[in-house]
Amino acid sequence: MRTSAIAVSGLRKTFGDKVVLDGIGFEVPAGSVYSLLGPNGAGKTTTVNILTTLMTADAGVVQVAGHDVASGTKGVRAAIGVTGQFAAVDDLLSGRENLLLMAELKRVRNKEKLISGLLERFDLVESAQKLVSTYSGGMRRKLDLAMTLVGRPEIIFLDEPTTGLDPRSRRTMWQIVRELVADGTTIFLTTQYLEEADELADRIAVLSNGKIAAEGTADELKRLIPGGHVLLRFTDPAAYRHAASALREEATKDDEAQSLQIPSDGTQRELRSILDWLDSVDIEADELTVHTPDLDDVFLALTERTDTGLTTGTNYLNKAAISQ
Amino acid sequence: MSTVSTAMADSAIMLRRNLKHTLRNPVTVFNAILFPIVMMLLFVKVLGGGFDVGAGVDYIDYATPGLLVMTISYGLGATSTAVNDDMTKGIINRFKTMDVSRGAMLTGHVVVTTVRCLVACSAIIGMAFLMGFDPGASAAEWLGVLGLIVLVSFAAAWLTVGLGLAAKSPESAGMATVPLIMLPFLSSAFVPSETMGTGVRQFVEYQPFTPIIEALRGLLAGNPSSGDTIAAVAWSVGFAVIGYLWAVSSFKKRA
Repeated sequence: MRTSAIAVSGLRKTFGDKVVLDGIGFEVPAGSVYSLLGPNGAGKTTTVNILTTLMTADAGVVQVAGHDVASGTKGVRAAIGVTGQFAAVDDLLSGRENLLLMAELKRVRNKEKLISGLLERFDLVESAQKLVSTYSGGMRRKLDLAMTLVGRPEIIFLDEPTTGLDPRSRRTMWQIVRELVADGTTIFLTTQYLEEADELADRIAVLSNGKIAAEGTADELKRLIPGGHVLLRFTDPAAYRHAASALREEATKDDEAQSLQIPSDGTQRELRSILDWLDSVDIEADELTVHTPDLDDVFLALTERTDTGLTTGTNYLNKAAISQ
Repeated sequence: MSTVSTAMADSAIMLRRNLKHTLRNPVTVFNAILFPIVMMLLFVKVLGGGFDVGAGVDYIDYATPGLLVMTISYGLGATSTAVNDDMTKGIINRFKTMDVSRGAMLTGHVVVTTVRCLVACSAIIGMAFLMGFDPGASAAEWLGVLGLIVLVSFAAAWLTVGLGLAAKSPESAGMATVPLIMLPFLSSAFVPSETMGTGVRQFVEYQPFTPIIEALRGLLAGNPSSGDTIAAVAWSVGFAVIGYLWAVSSFKKRA
């Protein structure tokens, strides 16, 4: 019994003199969700293209479903399903005809039953007879995934499956991915949404500049970076100066933003003691936010580049804010 | 299933896909028939009276073979555009990650092109009869005409698939077939090569469309020339092989 659905080692790929993948390696256990996370241009799609036989590697060993992608290409292709970044559907066919095309190419028996089932599952019954060119982006993406499921591939590659989808369609996609995993399918997912990797993936690899910067479960990755903090903001410069001098031992200050950061693990008990203590030294901030480390921090810390100006400042968007 | 029968079955599936595309977009077929008919009316009714194509020869009888070849070449633009369009869409990448025969995605286009050429040529022959076309061909010679049209269409289709794959965009793919549309004018399609200037005449006599047109003309007149027919078949087979090799190798290169 094989336990690794995908095994990659020393994978390298260069385009001209640009090194896209600089010797990456990872293993994906069968029946799990593995997420490759990285900023645009990190090499996610290149990795998927190599794993799905669309591109050949310059060096390294890549095994998918027990077959080598170079020598056992046919075996790999028979075992996988791919939903790429751009919906791979045929505009001039109807939704039903697209599914029928896949069923025929995969030599599926009992096509009608399978197609009706998929149309129902993906909520496409009403538009099944319409040409795909009339479909919305979300419908195309759903049809794309439905086509990928034809023939029940054991490993499914999803390359940024929810990029450009509205929140509702995104949740539908996530639900479908969970159902697939429950059926024993292995999922290889690339995404630039940390929330998505956090929601779905058993293991996450952070790809940065052609290398895997970190790999592990979401919790393991979160533990890699320093703990959280409480952020105090002031509007009154006098109040800020007073607080800054009172807290000069404990807090890191930011004069420009008139804010102070106090290290904290974000537990209720610690928060209460911070508040009590702030009261005792007569500090009243205009805004207090609790910041716990999440994948955003991991991602930003690991994929930090020279142009950090672009990536900082987004950290506080998802945080629960407590205003005083 | 053996590799060959799998490839055949895959090709049949892809052919059905391309046929559906053609039926959904009947303008392509209509266009492929309309333009040659307009050219036919122009040459036969407007210009033909002024051409000297030999004593006792009706211009419609002289021009029909050339119009057939023009009909084939005119219909190719749609194919190269469709092939290129296919490449720029994700659906081809989906097929490539599946265990689908590599050639099947291309043979579908080739067969549909050949069928479309046949339909358009039948319409042109029908139109020619309405305009007084009076061929002397026997049943066997008609069969030869059919065979040659199929062979030329098939060869041109492979070459066009190659052009479509080599082009950078669907628009430039369509433009790439323009020389194929122009070549019949620089042949013996509408006037005999003897009436042309020396330089042009040499080009006309050595370009592939001339023997093809002459072979069709001979067959339709019931007076086949074995030299032209052999040359026509040789050119076609050559183009088919080159087109096929070119198309398959560029298909493999385009990820």
